[in-house]
Formats: sequence, C-alpha cells, structure tokens
Amino acid sequence: MKREIWKGSEAIAEAAIRAGCRGFFGYPITPQNEIPEYMSVRMPAAGGVFVQAESELAAINMVYGAAACGVRAMTSSSSPGVSLKQEGISYMAGAELPGVIVNVMRGGPGLGSIQPAQGDYYQATRGGGNGDYRTVVLAPASLQEAADLMFEAFDIADQYRNPVVVLVDGLIAQMMEPIVWKEHPGRPLPEKTWAADGRRGRAHNNFVTSLFMDAPDCEAHNLALLEKYKAIEANECRWEELMLDDAELVLVAYGTPSRVAQTAVEHLRSQNIKAGVFRPITLWPFPYARLREIAAQPQVKRFMAVEMSTGQMVDDVNLAVAGQKPVAFYGRCGGVIPHVSEIEGAVLAAWKEGL
Amino acid sequence: MKRAVILSGFGGQGVMSIGKNLVEAGVEEGLEASWVPSYGPEMRGGTANCTVILSDERIGAPLVEAPTEIVVMNRAALDKFEPTVTPGGTVFVNSSIVPDPVSRTDVKAVYVPCDDIANELGNPKVANMVMLGAYIGATKALKRETIESMIQTMFAEKAPQLIPLNLEALARGIACGEGT
Repeated sequence: MKREIWKGSEAIAEAAIRAGCRGFFGYPITPQNEIPEYMSVRMPAAGGVFVQAESELAAINMVYGAAACGVRAMTSSSSPGVSLKQEGISYMAGAELPGVIVNVMRGGPGLGSIQPAQGDYYQATRGGGNGDYRTVVLAPASLQEAADLMFEAFDIADQYRNPVVVLVDGLIAQMMEPIVWKEHPGRPLPEKTWAADGRRGRAHNNFVTSLFMDAPDCEAHNLALLEKYKAIEANECRWEELMLDDAELVLVAYGTPSRVAQTAVEHLRSQNIKAGVFRPITLWPFPYARLREIAAQPQVKRFMAVEMSTGQMVDDVNLAVAGQKPVAFYGRCGGVIPHVSEIEGAVLAAWKEGL
Repeated sequence: MKRAVILSGFGGQGVMSIGKNLVEAGVEEGLEASWVPSYGPEMRGGTANCTVILSDERIGAPLVEAPTEIVVMNRAALDKFEPTVTPGGTVFVNSSIVPDPVSRTDVKAVYVPCDDIANELGNPKVANMVMLGAYIGATKALKRETIESMIQTMFAEKAPQLIPLNLEALARGIACGEGT
C-alpha cells in the first residue's frame, strides 16, 4: 500500500472522518488548530457537520448532543481547552455517550506554554470531571499509530458507550511522517437503540441523561458503569515492548518520550547496557498486569519512567511494579522535550547507583 | 543509513519546504522519514527551522542534538547550529546571504550561492531548489532521479511551465554539491 506523508493533526482529522465521524465541534487553540482547520474543509464534503463553537464548553456539549442522536462525534483541543471540557466529559460518561476527545497536550498548568508536554496524564486517566468515571485513553507515538487508533477510538466509544480520549503531545500533532491508510474492518458493534433520534415506532421516547433523583438508582448506575470499566480493563489494554527480552533496565514511556527513550536504548545497548522500552498505548486501562509480570522477571533490575511532566504516569508504574524492583523517574516539563543524551545520562546514573 | 538534518533560515526562504522535499523523496525511495518544525510564538521575518530524519530503520527520537548535516540559509542559523553538527558532518551555507565562513575544521563546508544562482536563472524563488540540489550532490543521500520526478509531479498540474526552471535550479545545485 502507498505510503503518504501527512501532518499529525491532519492525519488525526482525516482518520476520524474515515472512521465515520460526522460531527466535529471545536474551539481554536495552539498547537492543534490544524485539526479544526482540516475538518472545516473536509467534514462538509464528507456530509458531516463542522461547527466552530463559541467556547470549549459549548463544543463538548455539542458532542454530547450529536452523540445522543447516535452520530459519531468528536472534539479536539489542547490542555487548557480540555480542562474546560471536563464537565461535558463527565456528563457524557454519566449519560453513557460515545464520543472522542483529542487532547494535543501543551505545557501547563493554566495557560502554560504552547510547546509539547504530558502534564494532563492524571486528568485524562483519572477522569478530570466529577464523579466515579473513567475515559479510555489512547496514546499514539507515531502518525501511523495515531491514524490507526482514531478508528479504534470510535469503535471503543461505541462498543462501551463511553468517551474515549486520544492523548498526544504537541510534537505528534506538528510533525510529518509517512502513513499507510489501512483497511479497518472494525469490530461488531451493538446498534444504538438508545439514541434519541426520533420515536421510530418505539413505544417509548429514548431519554439521555446523567441525572438520577434517587440515591439507590444512582448507586446502581455507578455499579453498572463499574462493570463496564472492568470489561474495558479486561479487553482493551494495549502496549508495546521494545528490546525487552533480555533487558535489565526497563524504560517506561508513552508518546514522544517513548521515541526518545527508544533511541537512548539503542545508544545504551551499544555500550553493553541491556535496556529496553515498555510503551503503554492505553494509559487507561493501564497495562498493570503485563508490567507486573516483567517486574517479576529475574533479569529485570530496575525501572525508569520517562515523561514530559514532573511525574504522573510514574504513579501507575509504581502501582504495577508494586515494590518488586526500584522505579526511578526522569522528566522535563513545561514544553521542554528531553534529549536522548539526557535520558542516557539519567539511565547511566541510575545504573551506577544500582551497582 | 541514518541522516539527521537541521534546516534553518528566515521564514519565506523555503527551509520548511526543502525539508518536506527531503521527506517526500526519502519515502519515495522506501526510507523511514520524519519532519519536525520548530513552532512557537514566531515572529514575521524571524528564523524558522525544521529537523528531518531519513533512516532505513524505525525512527525513534524525531529531534536530534548532533545533526549529520545542517542547511543554513541565514547568518543566525549558522551561529546557532554550527556548534551542534556531528564531527565529520556537513554544513551547507547559502553563501549569497551568509558572508561568514564555517569556523569549525572537523566538519565539511559546502558554500552554495543559492540566491545568486536563482537570480541568474531569473526567479529568486528557486533558491531553495538550488540548496536541495547541493544537498543531494554532496551527500548522495537520495537519487537525483527521485527529486527530478518529484519536481515533475509537484508542478505538473498547477504550473507545468515551472518544471524546466526547477530542474535547472536543481542541476545547478547538484553541480555545486558534487564539486565539494
């Protein structure tokens, strides 16, 4: 199949349309403006709806509305803008509405910077809005994977009737790489018999809400959501292992830092240091079980989480490793991308400490 | 094979598009390729740069600390990136704009009067194509034919009359690069 060169943001937008997204609602913010820009041209041509909303809050509620009618819908934004959408995401989780939220992360907190960062890990994986809910979080590290995961994002959202976050840093959105547009046959999906898309001969009106007046009803609803999250945890974990077979030191990283870690590991291996990379692709559900297995392997001596934050995913690494081996951390933040030599240096320092 | 190139110059000098051309040609030849722009609160007329990696293996870090080559289209770019080039690497200087010589002795310097050649050919816009030619001529990283057919495709629909001009600019650049 032909490899085409795409820019990250545009590949994400195009993949969404190919995945059947027919509603895009957004509000501009750097570094992801190429997503709405591309959508504004392509979406009408694809027979869908593009709306530049008056605010992020409006945009996410438009996604809620479109999803409630059974349409595949999405929004995209960057960190401060995604913070504004959290109320709507919580409502979607409560109302069990599918939808995709792309967060192209930049430096924070607050307005922060416009350069690539990963400071929204907690927000994405713990549910940034109120209540007991989870969003599936997909974290591509290349443009090919970003394009492929957009198809999965819509499928997962529809299968479980739950919002899915695609979490990338600004670099993935801004860079160009070759990608192949693969066939995505998709998975068997339930019909959207719950959609508020007109009476259609039913005896009742479909009613989409996250409100439960009685506490026991609300508890039952929460427990049903919990069962769903357990199913997602069982079915949807994804990760990649690079050079881990004989690795004594395991770097854990996602997105851009995982690529920097890969190059650092190649350099370290040429110095006879057996390092490898464990790359979570789903950040929630986090691949705890597999990482715990790796931690139990006798040749594995220690872990190091590498992030573009002051240390967030490292908490999940610690939960997985569960004290079996030491876990170190190396991070840059605020929009600074770690260099290969920095990661190499941090690994070598940790290595010496361990001897 | 792995090459990591930083291309830098004023906005409008075509450094981003030289980078894109390298990626397109690399992909055409079956290589892995990545292109990362500098982005930030850019100023009109300020210096822009991009990083291109061409490799026959999966590309890890898409940014580099020690490029194998740099392409500098203005003086600020030379000052900023000359110290970073890996020893034995190459510095491509647009000598029409940058009067200074490359000061390091452990790198190869290729001086290309891009704007002078472009003006001789009657169109200042092809200065970047001259530089692309010089890069290909000196490094042999990609085949000349690949770039030529890319130029044909690029202009075929919108401006076929510009094809001979761009091919000539490329040829002049290649001659510059090959002689070094």
